[in-house]
Amino acid sequence: MKTVKSPFKFSGGVHPDYNKELAREQPIERMPLPAELVISMSQHLGAPAKCLVKAGDFVKRGQVVGEKNGFISVCVRASASGKVKAVEKRLGPAGGKADAIILDTAAKPEGEQEPENGPILQPLDWKTASREDLLKRIEEAGICGMGGAGFPTSVKLNPPPGKRCEYLVLNGAECEPYLTADYRVMLEKAPRIRLGVEIMRKILGGPAVRIAIEANKPEAIKAMEAAFADIDGNVEIVVLPVLYPQGSEKHQIYATVGRIVPEPPALPIDVGCVVENVGTVAAIADAVELGEPLLERVTTVSGDAVATPKNILAPCGTKYSDLVAFCGGEKTPPAKVISGGTMMGFAVSTLEISTTKTTSGLLLLSPKRVTQYVSQACINCGRCVRACPMCLNAAEIAKAVESDDIKAAEDAHVMSCIECGACSFSCPAYRPITQFCRRAKNSIRARMAAEKAKAAAAAKK
Amino acid sequence: MKPKETAAHYILSSSPHTHSNSSVSRIMLDVILALLPTTAVGIWFFGMAAVWTIAVCVSTCIVTEALCRLAMKRENTIGDLSAVVTGLLLALNLPAGIPLWMAVVGSVFAIGVAKQVFGGIGMNPFNPALAARAFMLISFTGPMTTWLKPICHCKCSAEAGVVDALTTATPLAAMKGMFTAEATASATPHAHKAIEQIPSLWNMLIGNMPGCIGEVSALALALGAAYLIWRKVITWHIPAAFIVTVFVYSLIAGGAPAYAQVLTGGVMIGACFMATDYVTSPITAKGKLIFGFGCGLLCMLIRQFGSYPEGCSFAILIMNAVCPLINRWTQPKPFGAK
Repeated sequence: MKTVKSPFKFSGGVHPDYNKELAREQPIERMPLPAELVISMSQHLGAPAKCLVKAGDFVKRGQVVGEKNGFISVCVRASASGKVKAVEKRLGPAGGKADAIILDTAAKPEGEQEPENGPILQPLDWKTASREDLLKRIEEAGICGMGGAGFPTSVKLNPPPGKRCEYLVLNGAECEPYLTADYRVMLEKAPRIRLGVEIMRKILGGPAVRIAIEANKPEAIKAMEAAFADIDGNVEIVVLPVLYPQGSEKHQIYATVGRIVPEPPALPIDVGCVVENVGTVAAIADAVELGEPLLERVTTVSGDAVATPKNILAPCGTKYSDLVAFCGGEKTPPAKVISGGTMMGFAVSTLEISTTKTTSGLLLLSPKRVTQYVSQACINCGRCVRACPMCLNAAEIAKAVESDDIKAAEDAHVMSCIECGACSFSCPAYRPITQFCRRAKNSIRARMAAEKAKAAAAAKK
Repeated sequence: MKPKETAAHYILSSSPHTHSNSSVSRIMLDVILALLPTTAVGIWFFGMAAVWTIAVCVSTCIVTEALCRLAMKRENTIGDLSAVVTGLLLALNLPAGIPLWMAVVGSVFAIGVAKQVFGGIGMNPFNPALAARAFMLISFTGPMTTWLKPICHCKCSAEAGVVDALTTATPLAAMKGMFTAEATASATPHAHKAIEQIPSLWNMLIGNMPGCIGEVSALALALGAAYLIWRKVITWHIPAAFIVTVFVYSLIAGGAPAYAQVLTGGVMIGACFMATDYVTSPITAKGKLIFGFGCGLLCMLIRQFGSYPEGCSFAILIMNAVCPLINRWTQPKPFGAK
């Protein structure tokens, strides 16, 4: 094991105010079980899970309440015991509605005995367990990528035939402003991460391991060095320059391995890489060794409008209002509430939204930190083009979308856009360039889906 | 305890939720700051005539911009300071002592015709200040090529303190002759006379020579350009490509010394402040290099073969027209694209 500096620097990138000092020194704190949980069936990327319970049912902590529903999907387990008050559509962080279980965690079935303290799943010895058993465990534990996208982990760790994972890249960059959840996990759960790496290495057939951490987290680098000191095989901690969006999968692969993932629909596995967030790796260790499914996660609650910023270990389904209450409430009334970080997170309209497996942060920003801009004409300064980590002509894409020329945006490779926000961040004319790109991508995806449906219908005839 | 529906009204917007705090007006302010050294030098050498020209151009541009926006029923954009930059740049590209009504006409043309007719900031295909200068050069050829001799600030000379000494020859006119003069016989009296008319290197650097208000001092212009590059308002590509092309061309073509071709006429102000105008120059580094090269080449071709002694303005205007094409040639290659 050795520590190296990243020899590859991607072009573009920006330096937002990180504001990580707010929550960086706060140890992970487990919050008391909230009285009510709202457990969404759509906590991951892909098809929402199929709800298996109905109002009035009693559920046990760890019980499967949502069934994996398709290839790109994961199951949902109850993050606590209690009584299902209702199953209804609830607003998610990204603005869409999905089925959710409203769980009363105080209610107990009458005449119930003391809850058993045994593990939810049978603990496995990863050294003797087969690759298939380990994969099945990760799937039944309901694990998906905890960095933000929420891609089902068991799918990612099972490359299609003909593709081999040569490098397992651990994403500990956490380049989003304010967020310190991954940092705290690396600091406090380094041995769990190491165990997770060993399990993943076995599943993936012994790839080389690259642990990517930004240079502004020296304590995390030290903790990981200590935990991985005596590991055998090709393992390196790669110290990355502080640059947003260093945590982007494609840029991380470039920074650590020097390989470039081709344009969509290509995936990291096409260049022999699997990238996994450090939190996910720790969850894998827990699922295998302890039989503990993914029921809770660390969420950073921060921002200048929250009384005490904290890194909270909370069950998935905890309402934002409960998280804020655990942080001592609001310091000042927030002007904006963001699920996630300030660069890619979602502004939400209410605190009546609940955490999911991918909620890395909740930010409450005072009016001082929130500015509303009026978009002006593009002056062609090129800042967005220089900032774009995907080397896109963002200015041209934005102008094309503004005049409803989606075809021109597509020709300008808008589908490669990772929506990191670097363009909008650097635009002196306050143009919502990222939003223009999203609009183009959604419109292109809708057209592709329509074409596919049409082709399928034609094939049926 | 069941928390009630919050009555708060949080601001909703698409990410990102943070900004670099750059702004168009800050960029324009930087350009104005960067032009201050050369403006000061212009006033030092051309006196009150320069002050009046600058004041008239800037104020006319602001008023024209406000009136145009009013007439078009669009939001007022004088706050972005781009009209001030246009006015200042136009003034710096005029000879001091030009009749002020002509400066007014030029300023109205710059904002009204070259900028607002196309939709205002960001939409103009040509650099407004340069378009106005070209318009004035054609309309008012005499006054536009009548130069004030710089005020002599040294007490020793007989001409000390003389303000309005007129001359019609800039070093450029003399240098133009040298292309052909040297080709025939390097020792002809004509060539000798021409060499005498070229100011010393020091005078070219500080700006002690006839010319437009803001184009004379290479040092002041370089200082401003360095500030803009340091502030990341412009990149080095266009100025470097422009100046290197002019230098190499004159080395090859002969005639006046290559450094004189760079330091006289509008090359310095053109390369650093006019050709770098965002709206009318390419967006990628590669495009900027092509653009700068084209400006330098055309400038020297006009200087050698054209009917005007100076080719800088027209060179940049022609390259402005080619800019969309260059942009199309030099699209950045997306990360991961074949």
